[in-house]
Amino acid sequence: MAEVVGGVASSHIPAVGVAIDRGRKAEPYWAPYFAKLPPMQEWVRELVPDAAVVVYNDHASAFSLQLIPTFAIGTAVEFPIADEGFGRRPVPAVQGHPELAWHLAESLILDEFDITIVNEMEVDHGLTVPMSLMFAEPAEWPCPVVPLCVNVVQYPPPTGNRCFNLGKAIRRAIDSYPGAERVLVVGTGGMSHQLQGERAGLVNEAWDHRFLDLLVGEPEQAAAIGHVEYLREAGSEGIELVMWLVMRGALDAEVREVYRATHVPTSNTHNGVLVLENSGGGPFP
Amino acid sequence: MSAAASRQYDDIPGTVVFDARRSRQGYALNMFCMSLNDAANRDAFRVDEAAYLDRYPLTAEQRRCVLERDWLGLLHVGGNIYYTFKLAATDGMSMQQLAAKQVGVPEDEYVTMMLAGGRNPDGNRYVGERERADRG
Repeated sequence: MAEVVGGVASSHIPAVGVAIDRGRKAEPYWAPYFAKLPPMQEWVRELVPDAAVVVYNDHASAFSLQLIPTFAIGTAVEFPIADEGFGRRPVPAVQGHPELAWHLAESLILDEFDITIVNEMEVDHGLTVPMSLMFAEPAEWPCPVVPLCVNVVQYPPPTGNRCFNLGKAIRRAIDSYPGAERVLVVGTGGMSHQLQGERAGLVNEAWDHRFLDLLVGEPEQAAAIGHVEYLREAGSEGIELVMWLVMRGALDAEVREVYRATHVPTSNTHNGVLVLENSGGGPFP
Repeated sequence: MSAAASRQYDDIPGTVVFDARRSRQGYALNMFCMSLNDAANRDAFRVDEAAYLDRYPLTAEQRRCVLERDWLGLLHVGGNIYYTFKLAATDGMSMQQLAAKQVGVPEDEYVTMMLAGGRNPDGNRYVGERERADRG
């Protein structure tokens, strides 16, 4: 049977992709942030996952206001890289895992998560920046990916609690998958940031660390945080943190925090990375 | 809770939440921005902005905001930041440059604020919060 072997959460800031793609990692602005990544990267390298479920949001790339799925799963063989308005990132196309993805879709829908099935989809920085952070700059990505999109562009996004419960349903689906895949679950986005309006640039480090503490140790409390608190305390785009709750729900009820690092500023953002391992005590009830 | 009752976020200063009201108002505007994902469309827009905008049923104010690059104004006529960023990117701007324009400060001032830890949430959670604090 397939197995969830760990979780990573990471911001997915587009400027990080630009810094990587243009060879700027050693520049003074970027070096302190990239210096914080090796513990996560080494953990992922030693883990050697067979597949990754990457929870991210599309930023008006594959989806527009024409069609706004709250949750969507990519079932394609391959996901091309999107042009988001400034050209395509020069990274490999993302290989899908149709068999696992379709199993997830079937399992989730029968588990009453009515997820949208996407057979053709380009992927944007929301997915590719965390891939670059985890896997550096390979000619081909080392494992296939099941992209799982969460709407956080059109208000309201799904609640944190709904995302947490989706994660639990993903865990049930992976646990019931007949393959032997060792699956990494990745939550992306956040942490506190606001890109729009006169309040742009908001960063709330204290709130973010409290969120991380709750996410690790008291996830039900993290899941209970309401939208208005995210907007007010973490900024209008900080609400992306609900996607970290999907990852958390897919892990064991008890986890070990392997690594945490945060950095201010990256562009307009409090940039974070978190690595969690299962305790072995089993999933959430 | 009804959607209207949950709009408690309207008292967050300097924040335009892209909810149903804005989405309905800004559909054509955002779909124009979406079209800039295509390099050929970006070129066509650059050649003749006004003619390109004729393809979309924009209001006069939305059209003005696009042509004058009124970045803050775009949010108030239904623009969503991920969409308006495509217009900014077409102009060669970064998200940080776009943020500074919306805030209405020079880019270096905005960058300095970010390097110092970003905008402090204290005093920025509620409209009128600072004024009330000043009054004691």
